[in-house]
Amino acid sequence: MTTDAPQNILLSAKDLSVRFGGVLAVNKVSFDVKRGEVFTLIGPNGAGKTTVFNLISRIYTPTEGALNFGGTDLLAQPAHAIASLGIARTFQNIELFEHASVLHNMLVGQHTLRASKSTSSLWREMFFTPSVRASEMAAREKVEHTIELLDLQHYRDTMVAGLPYGVRKVVELARALCAEPKLLLLDEPSSGLNVEETEDMAFWIQDIQRELGITVLMVEHDMTLVSKVSDRVLAMSQGEVLAMGTPRDVQTHPGVIEAYLGSVDDVSSLRRVQV
Amino acid sequence: MRFIFKTSYAQDINLAKHSGHVFWYSALIACLVAAPWMVPEYWLAQLTFVLIYAVVGLGLMLLAGFTGLFSLGHAAFLGVGAYTQAVLTGYGVPFPIALAFSAALSAVVGVVVGLPALRVKGIYLGMATLSFGFIVEEVFARWESVTGGNAGKNLKAPDFYFFKADTGDSFYFVCLVVAIFCTLAVLNLLRSPTGRAFVAIRDSEISAQSMGINLARYKTLSFALSAALAGIGGALYAHKLRFISPDQFNILQSIDLLLMIVIGGLGSVHGAFLGAMFLILMPQLISASKAYLPDAIGQAPGLQGVVYGAVLVAFVLFEPYGLYGRWLKVRAYIELFPFYRKGMFKRQKTFQKSDRLK
Repeated sequence: MTTDAPQNILLSAKDLSVRFGGVLAVNKVSFDVKRGEVFTLIGPNGAGKTTVFNLISRIYTPTEGALNFGGTDLLAQPAHAIASLGIARTFQNIELFEHASVLHNMLVGQHTLRASKSTSSLWREMFFTPSVRASEMAAREKVEHTIELLDLQHYRDTMVAGLPYGVRKVVELARALCAEPKLLLLDEPSSGLNVEETEDMAFWIQDIQRELGITVLMVEHDMTLVSKVSDRVLAMSQGEVLAMGTPRDVQTHPGVIEAYLGSVDDVSSLRRVQV
Repeated sequence: MRFIFKTSYAQDINLAKHSGHVFWYSALIACLVAAPWMVPEYWLAQLTFVLIYAVVGLGLMLLAGFTGLFSLGHAAFLGVGAYTQAVLTGYGVPFPIALAFSAALSAVVGVVVGLPALRVKGIYLGMATLSFGFIVEEVFARWESVTGGNAGKNLKAPDFYFFKADTGDSFYFVCLVVAIFCTLAVLNLLRSPTGRAFVAIRDSEISAQSMGINLARYKTLSFALSAALAGIGGALYAHKLRFISPDQFNILQSIDLLLMIVIGGLGSVHGAFLGAMFLILMPQLISASKAYLPDAIGQAPGLQGVVYGAVLVAFVLFEPYGLYGRWLKVRAYIELFPFYRKGMFKRQKTFQKSDRLK
């Protein structure tokens, strides 16, 4: 198939394993994320989905395996260099900068695009030279585009600590988008959101994929959202890959059903009317 | 109540957000410039100390209030600045150059202390900086050839090429200029990517890292800047007192500094100044009130310590955002009169941090 050509693969994980003491949290997981697709990881709690995310963002180091992002070996990079490669992420339990405004959070999202490592830039910042001011204005301009996309106009100057959960979720997505990533990692984007907010989220994920051309890798439990937005789904259980394919294929895969509901034999004993 | 109509992004970037800011801060600067002619000499000296402590407070605020790293040994940086200044001006180096060297050497020491800070957090960082403070104090006492040991060291008046700041008035202006310069530098840093990175580290290290912030670099930088400001403060402090000895830079001084920024209001630049005012005014108030207290209390040793402790506990319990937080509430009350509600600033508890990765 032409779509599987190597240049179409953005992220490739090969035989990833990670062991925490005696627990094998992820066991030989391999998958390829193609450019421009929405790829979803599903699986019961403790399946190792978030661990895979933390491996990609280099918070954990795998015991074995390889991670390649657009030709770069991710495992050779420190955690803070991942963002500048073009990978941005959100967190399952919202990790925003609480005592800062929404605007401030989003401007931090722009960090890798702006911060230079030289000492002279520090002096320029201390004196707030015209070049720093111009760069601030440009950053703000870009942030405003994201604010408009995600309808955050009302919350610009609000402290995150005072925002409701649903809005925080969107702010976190906005912050990740401000980094102008090639690959967006969304860890349970719909958790804690009501039906309407989840629909908005699905809509935005489609927008991000189609209009901004960003590849999305997400972990998600809400199967309605998963079937709506995902191109491909990977089901995991106990740190291993169960099935991979279109949302429909994976949902009907017997292994996946067993992982979620138990085996058919277990269920049959509970039936009142014998068939 | 003021409503600001924003028509340009520059309005969010400028330091003065509206005409009120321009007016009140200009008035403040005018008062400070006029102070030598308006206030008696004794109070001008106290005002000089407020400015000196505010500079040190700005440094500690940057570290503790904005980057979230607490230092229990900040007096050591104050001392490094003070002794560098004493030694260099002793060799006849002019004041501005000596001041730059004091700041630079303190910054270097700050980097050395900052390196272990990359590995330890919270109370362990407190312990590391505390022991660092003890080590430095010991060095000041033992390295007699340079520091003069426990006998202390004398300083001359600040010497610029063209004049000597040897009167209380002229030295006050030196401190005022340095304080304004430092404040502007900190404010500018806070509205730039570097300052935002500090705040990001304070609020969530893990997401700061995922946003591309190099934790090691920015934590070390924060320590270096904080130490440099403390060093500048220390150099001014040494000139003000004209005499320094190791016991001025002991643990009590470090605790005073921490107390200053907590009472002033963590996480606000105003807090450093309000805290410095508190730190200088409190002993005056205590000694003034001694005459009215019964002898058993008024003449008791350690009265100051008890009062400081009580005030700190009261602030932590009732006003965690310090004097500046209290001022914000008072201002809101005035601005909204008569619509201020009691629960307006009620603290929200958040429960989402339960299982963060550490």
